[in-house]
Amino acid sequence: MSDLTELTVSEIRDGLAAKDFSAVELTDAYLKAIDAFNGRFNAYVAVTPEQARDMAIASDARIATGEVRPLEGVPVGVKDLYCTKGVHSQAASHILDGFKPPYESTVTANLWNDGAVMLGKLNMDEFAMGSSNETSYYGPVVSPWKSRGSNADLVPGGSSGGSAAAVAANLCAAATATDTGGSIRQPASLTGTVGIKPTYGRCSRRGIVAFASSLDQAGPITHTVRDAAMMLKSMASVDARDTTSVDIDVPDYEAAIGQSVKGMKIGIPKEYRVEGMPDEIETLWGKGRDWLKDAGAEIVDISLPHTKYALAAYYIVAPAEASSNLARYDGVRYGLRVPSDEIIEQYEKTRSAGFGAEVKRRILIGTYVLSAGYYDAYYLKAQKVRTLIKKDFEDVFDAGVDAILAPATPSAAFAVGAMDNASPVEMYLQDIFTVTVNMAGLPGISVPGGLDASGLPLGLQLIGRPFDEATLFRAGQVIEDAAGRFRPQKWWA
Amino acid sequence: MSVDTATVKRVAHLARIAVTEEEAEKMTGELNAILGFVEQLDEVDVAGVEPMTSVVAVTMKKRADGVTDGGYPDDVVGNAPETEDHFFVVPKVVE
Repeated sequence: MSDLTELTVSEIRDGLAAKDFSAVELTDAYLKAIDAFNGRFNAYVAVTPEQARDMAIASDARIATGEVRPLEGVPVGVKDLYCTKGVHSQAASHILDGFKPPYESTVTANLWNDGAVMLGKLNMDEFAMGSSNETSYYGPVVSPWKSRGSNADLVPGGSSGGSAAAVAANLCAAATATDTGGSIRQPASLTGTVGIKPTYGRCSRRGIVAFASSLDQAGPITHTVRDAAMMLKSMASVDARDTTSVDIDVPDYEAAIGQSVKGMKIGIPKEYRVEGMPDEIETLWGKGRDWLKDAGAEIVDISLPHTKYALAAYYIVAPAEASSNLARYDGVRYGLRVPSDEIIEQYEKTRSAGFGAEVKRRILIGTYVLSAGYYDAYYLKAQKVRTLIKKDFEDVFDAGVDAILAPATPSAAFAVGAMDNASPVEMYLQDIFTVTVNMAGLPGISVPGGLDASGLPLGLQLIGRPFDEATLFRAGQVIEDAAGRFRPQKWWA
Repeated sequence: MSVDTATVKRVAHLARIAVTEEEAEKMTGELNAILGFVEQLDEVDVAGVEPMTSVVAVTMKKRADGVTDGGYPDDVVGNAPETEDHFFVVPKVVE
């Protein structure tokens, strides 16, 4: 048998059905790979071999009796932001030291109910705040990709950098991730993987550590568009414990794979052609347009006039919500405590020691924009701009556009440490093409489109109507069929 | 708008994060960079625009006001740094 860790989720389904290998053999292959190679990538912050084997044994029992569930035996890595019962769940932060939740997040519970196998918890930017996975308390994640002719460590993007790197390096078959401003799509773009942020409300946020509650959404990072469809089908659900989860049937997304895009109207937003954008991204975007056109879609130029303000509005709304959500880390109920005789001093010392620099920065910005006298000038204004951003999209969809094609990121991956002396705003610009989608609550998918001159992957992004993820899978498959799949050179094996 | 170091210290205290003089000075520069960046929103005409309250148009779900969960104090305090008889222990706050 060739290397089992090379398989996609759909190939695993076929292989298990054909009895080519067992779920235990498959899980053991991944545990062996993690053991051998995780040190090179720092993708996992906790591995759960006993749990994985128990789940794989249960999967083999199911397969033997023919009661196979949709993700039976599929080895999955889980972003550390998800609460997993009795298992390390720290949002890659020092302040949640030792936290082992007594409950399971709804999304991971859905995955286990559908037969998936948990391999462990994946590294990420602390509290999902970052675009390079360098703000983690556990240190940066290294991408399996290298620039041609260079041995420098590259970032996998963030905040779901561990998820993207683990999938690209075959340390899991698929991973859960979350996206508040681009944290699924940007790392997917930088690692040659597929990542979808579904519509706000499609997946339950119950048991996912909150960053910015009006923007956070769960989604998968996978090898292929089909795998993303399979994963999202299981992850999505309405949930009584998240009032913002929406009671709309979860369609069979996989059925959209292979459907024609003939007659579909694809919008090309002129505002995404930003100053200083590398020619290669412009070229790739043109290719994407041609692929969809050749497959029968109609290409139309569109305008989303408030695009340029989305990032600024985001950097008010997201920190404001974060400052409120992160107020709970006080050293009293869970996590780190730096003891003191006086309670305010204890809070201040605990939070100072427990949060990293980027998290502190965002808490302070959020506290400032919500403080007396500034609320109207910042937060209220940003929420009004957000209404205008959403209306831009609504106008385009009302005019008959089915999906929007744009680049996923303004650049390919950069070296670990390259942004150390940059202003925080320079790092924030990584999210310039992804953040509008969160502000409007829409679904967005990043699909690998090609490699740049130094051999690094670049993604194309498709943005859809609310709850129309199926159209994104359909059009995303057309891009994948035309572009092919991109795998890093296996320098680590 | 921009902030000075005294404002940063005041905001840090509101956020219950201890900062040293050196950290406060560094953060002042960083916060001003971010505040300078978001200033571009002043260009946008928002007259008559409603602030967004929800990205998806749904009515807030309601349920009966009853106890649906609970009865496991061991789990509730299980992760706390210091507890006594199912209570969280903190420094004395009332004289």
